[in-house]
Amino acid sequence: MVRGKPDLEIKIGGLVLKNPVLTASGTFGYGREFASLVDPADLGAVVVKGISLEPRSGNPPPRIVETPCGMLNAIGLENVGVEKFVSEKLPFLRENGVCVIVNILGDSVEEYGRLAEILDNAPGIHAIEVNISCPNVKQGGVAFGLDPEAARAVTAEVRKKCSLPVIIKLSPNVTDITSIARAAEDGGADGVSLINTLQGMAIDIQTRKPRLANVIGGLSGPAIRPVALRMVWQTAKAVSVPVLGVGGITTPEDALEFLIAGASAVQIGTGNFINPRATIQVIEGIEKYLIEHDMNSIHDLIGSLNG
Amino acid sequence: MKQIDAEILKIEPVAKDIFRLTLKAPDIAEAAAPGQFVMIRPVSGFDPLLPRPFSLHDWSEKQGTIVILFRVVGKGTGILAQSRHGRKLQVVGPLGKGFDITSAESVCLVGGGIGIAPLLGLAKRLPEADAYNEIAVLLGGASGEELAPLAECLDIPGLAVRLATDDGTLGHHGVVTDLMENHMTRDRDWLVLSCGPMPMLKAVAHLCRKNGWPCQVSLESVMACGMGVCLGCAVKSPAGNGHEGYLHVCKDGPVFWESDVAW
Ligand SMILES: Cc1cc2nc3c(=O)[nH]c(=O)nc-3n(C[C@H](O)[C@H](O)[C@H](O)COP(=O)(O)OP(=O)(O)OC[C@H]3O[C@@H](n4cnc5c(N)ncnc54)[C@H](O)[C@@H]3O)c2cc1C
Ligand SMILES: Cc1cc2nc3c(=O)[nH]c(=O)nc-3n(C[C@H](O)[C@H](O)[C@H](O)COP(=O)(O)O)c2cc1C
Ligand code: FES
Repeated sequence: MVRGKPDLEIKIGGLVLKNPVLTASGTFGYGREFASLVDPADLGAVVVKGISLEPRSGNPPPRIVETPCGMLNAIGLENVGVEKFVSEKLPFLRENGVCVIVNILGDSVEEYGRLAEILDNAPGIHAIEVNISCPNVKQGGVAFGLDPEAARAVTAEVRKKCSLPVIIKLSPNVTDITSIARAAEDGGADGVSLINTLQGMAIDIQTRKPRLANVIGGLSGPAIRPVALRMVWQTAKAVSVPVLGVGGITTPEDALEFLIAGASAVQIGTGNFINPRATIQVIEGIEKYLIEHDMNSIHDLIGSLNG
Repeated sequence: MKQIDAEILKIEPVAKDIFRLTLKAPDIAEAAAPGQFVMIRPVSGFDPLLPRPFSLHDWSEKQGTIVILFRVVGKGTGILAQSRHGRKLQVVGPLGKGFDITSAESVCLVGGGIGIAPLLGLAKRLPEADAYNEIAVLLGGASGEELAPLAECLDIPGLAVRLATDDGTLGHHGVVTDLMENHMTRDRDWLVLSCGPMPMLKAVAHLCRKNGWPCQVSLESVMACGMGVCLGCAVKSPAGNGHEGYLHVCKDGPVFWESDVAW
């Protein structure tokens, strides 16, 4: 019997993605940079580099350092700002039929709301992902993502200011990530993505100086994968909205683990640096696995962890 | 820009800790320009994790090959040095903005240490020598032992190579900027194209600024992606030149006009 291809479609709020493989913010630029290696329209979605109201120039170098099976980054949220994003970066994505999710960041609840409002009116954007790992400047600088009440407030504000699906990107630097996930769901999130980077540090023992100018950076890559997987599993049980799994995914096998743990989709970050075609290979690998395991749909796999 | 699994055709020791690696990479050879680089993944696993940047030392469109000249400094380069022919390596390239050799009356190539790597591909592809009044090649290194084999890599018929070493064991006893001052006569319009360690580039840029010689430098930085997305390879740019504080070595460079860099 000739079977059709398995169904890879997933939904986040009202948004239908053709497959469950996305790029993670900050690791695929604005989609264009990889275009000669990967057709961004073949991906479930491209999550673009975090955008703020005003352009940001970022931290002084050194900004990255390699660590065992991982890397630390302290880029400092360098970005072109929302105005330039909409006028210079978005048209390419729109004209090429790319599913675009815009990652946003701000210093205050109002700033997130303002960004949501501006992006709601820009054609070619399919969803918003809210990076809540940023300091809440008006409230003593504690990151929104560390406090359930602040996370709920940001989510509700973004929800109110736009009609697009809203995904909240969670910080792993908390005691209980499920409480933040539930707060985001309460605030009206259509999905949650996790994890953002884990805070880390490295020292040059010869000079006794920190290896990053910013001293502290965010750890990503295969080193964080088991932590991310555990948090995704816990969160998928705690909320009813879709969970997007992020953290150390570079191969189809890695992605399958997250889907089985309950993620509806995965994002590939540092994996793009290691192998620029990782996203495409993961899509192909998931499809192959479904066929080999006689599954017609990705939904047969999602959350199918055996006790 | 292409991503390929390139077969190692040849790996030869050139000097202590320095190797020449020839890879089968027709798509990259075809698109390459002087001063561009490639990202090579030393292992297929995760340790070391990231691909490593290397300048294109030379390439042949006809043979479909690219050549890298590298020094062993750590884990990734150590693994590369022990690779044998036949092994395949993930290579992405060509990447970045290379040397701009469009307009000059005379050119001076200035290299230091392993920084001479991109100068071979560049020297071979300069417009016909008679398009210039002169092509000068000035190289610096710590000692004769280090510099002699590197200088040999730049042995192109018709090009006179002048050398300087810190310990005086080969060529001029001193630094490469001494050679520039001695050799670059004021009656010519020079274009300086330079690659080497940061302190050398800084001295070269300073001298060029003083003498009004336009100068391009090939910079290094830690890199994760090599294609302008991670923003990890930032270098400070002087205020008010329209780059919002930082340039990125992998996409705005690695070759920059000296005046675009905040030394
Ligand atoms: C655009 C560009 C072109 C380059 N071209 C060449 C080339 O043609 N030939 C060549 O031999 N090397 C070249 N390099 C440097 C080369 O990329 C590094 O030497 C290499 O990444 C080191 O990898 P490793 O795993 O052996 O060292 P690691 O184990 O990662 O590090 C060992 C030591 O080397 C230092 N180091 C690591 N990366 C760099 C870097 N990018 N630049 C300077 N020091 C570094 C580290 O701080 C550490 O002290 C180039 C770098 C760039 C950015
Ligand atoms: C260089 C770099 C830049 C990043 N920039 C952002 C960003 O702007 N916004 C954001 O929400 N996450 C950002 N991240 C986090 C990633 O999107 C991802 O959550 C994290 O790296 C873990 O996934 P990975 O292990 O697959 O990389 C960045 C990560 C890296 C490595
Ligand atoms: S190395 Fe990633 S932006 Fe330059």
